[in-house]
Amino acid sequence: MAAPSVVIVGAGQAGADTAAALRSRGFSGRIALVGEEEALPYRRPPLSKGYLGGTAEAGDLELLPLSSYGDQGIDLVLGDRAVRIDPEERSVVLDSGSRLSYDRLVLATGARPRRLPVPGAGLAGVMTLRGLADAAALREALREGGHLLVVGGGFVGLELAATARKLGLDATVVEVGPRLMARALSPGMSDHLRAEHVRQGVRILLRREVAALHGDASGHVRVAELDGGERVPADLVVFGVGVRPNVELAAAAGLEVGGGILVDRWLRTSDPAIHAIGDCARFPSARYGRQLRLESVQNASDQARCAAAAICGDPEPYEAVPWFWTEQYALRLQIAGITGGHDLAVTVGDPGGGRFSVLCFREGRLLGAESVNRPADHMIVRRLLSAEGVPSLSPEEAARPGFDLKEYRSRQEQPV
Amino acid sequence: MAKITYKHPDGTETVVDVPSPNTVMRGAKTNNIAGIEAQCGGSAQCGTCHVYIDEANTLPLPPMHESEDDVLYGTACPRRPNSRLSCQLPVTDEIDGLVVHLPEAQS
Repeated sequence: MAAPSVVIVGAGQAGADTAAALRSRGFSGRIALVGEEEALPYRRPPLSKGYLGGTAEAGDLELLPLSSYGDQGIDLVLGDRAVRIDPEERSVVLDSGSRLSYDRLVLATGARPRRLPVPGAGLAGVMTLRGLADAAALREALREGGHLLVVGGGFVGLELAATARKLGLDATVVEVGPRLMARALSPGMSDHLRAEHVRQGVRILLRREVAALHGDASGHVRVAELDGGERVPADLVVFGVGVRPNVELAAAAGLEVGGGILVDRWLRTSDPAIHAIGDCARFPSARYGRQLRLESVQNASDQARCAAAAICGDPEPYEAVPWFWTEQYALRLQIAGITGGHDLAVTVGDPGGGRFSVLCFREGRLLGAESVNRPADHMIVRRLLSAEGVPSLSPEEAARPGFDLKEYRSRQEQPV
Repeated sequence: MAKITYKHPDGTETVVDVPSPNTVMRGAKTNNIAGIEAQCGGSAQCGTCHVYIDEANTLPLPPMHESEDDVLYGTACPRRPNSRLSCQLPVTDEIDGLVVHLPEAQS
């Protein structure tokens, strides 16, 4: 029998890591990696930070040099798009008309930014940030200076505001919710982040919405009108209001979708020959007892390895501990686990000195931690969460005066 | 340029020539050497490019920054005195012949 053939649709972090993981496991069949963008697969996190800030160029973001794909026998199909899956025939039809047959298909189609349907959203200077092309256009626009208005106080929006301040632009963030990064952070950490943005000169407007955008005679945005009627200067507007998973290709092929492409614990879709991973996939989490769809490098990369293992005949359920990071000014914020739904938060470290962690518990059990400039705390909590069973750290112990995670960890590692 | 030997947990090894500028992490990624993940892309945040420097090493390696030291507190495999993050090891002519051992797991 000929070696099986794998087609990967989507050449972001998840897709590219799947190809590499298959080869490092010794997979010898054909691998085709199909990506819509012309650029070699690249890392997205630096787009809103180093790339926009001018300290990294597009080439610096490449996951691998071109020669590595050839060396590893990975067929790169870039600048083309999968338009249809034929699950009966096990083939994928591309925009160019070519057809790729597969034994296993991996959907790593990612997500696309939402745009709010406010009047004026079509004006020049109104943008979103997802890919390199968006970032290149935004980088050009930031050079013009002026006033940046960010709609949405989440990861992308706040990183963008921080970068804009570094570049000397005025920046306003309009967030409809009561606090920043509300989906990802505890209230205490949200407040810390907000204080830093304010200190850096960003205007943060909470519980506010953009009602309309107004342009100049040339059709370029200049002013944002908020829900209360207030007018804010806006020479550049970026929507950072979340994403929609790219499920259309899967849905058209009859795969089950709903808030993402639905997969089982082994990341298989309703067609067992098709996996879905990364930002587009909604998976059942035993750890959190619910379905999750996560947008992070960790999730993309770990799910890539999980799918590759299954394709190589070594299936394991996906159980990786989620973690996230963001950098804003000198704040390096790292999140271990998913802290939403906690009923108790214990702060450890030195909040006044800007180096601390918020440990989040639910019913006495450690859910995760948010750490600012405390990488050791972050790493140790990841280890505590990935250990078998329920993490043993109690909120009482964490709240003990002088509690230190490094010391706790080394104590735990001592043989009894 | 430096010749770098990556020793796998099963006793096998991969030897590659890594051009400068680069890091020991990137040398592994570029050659698809299993056992180096580097999820954060080389910013000393994730601890998934952990290596053990060969015990007999005499080549000059840069001192460890505080953030690298901190990250090594939570690597998947135990920290040892010769633990480093390979993303923090630049490839220069001076480390030609470096031998690193890959841990059993990174995450």
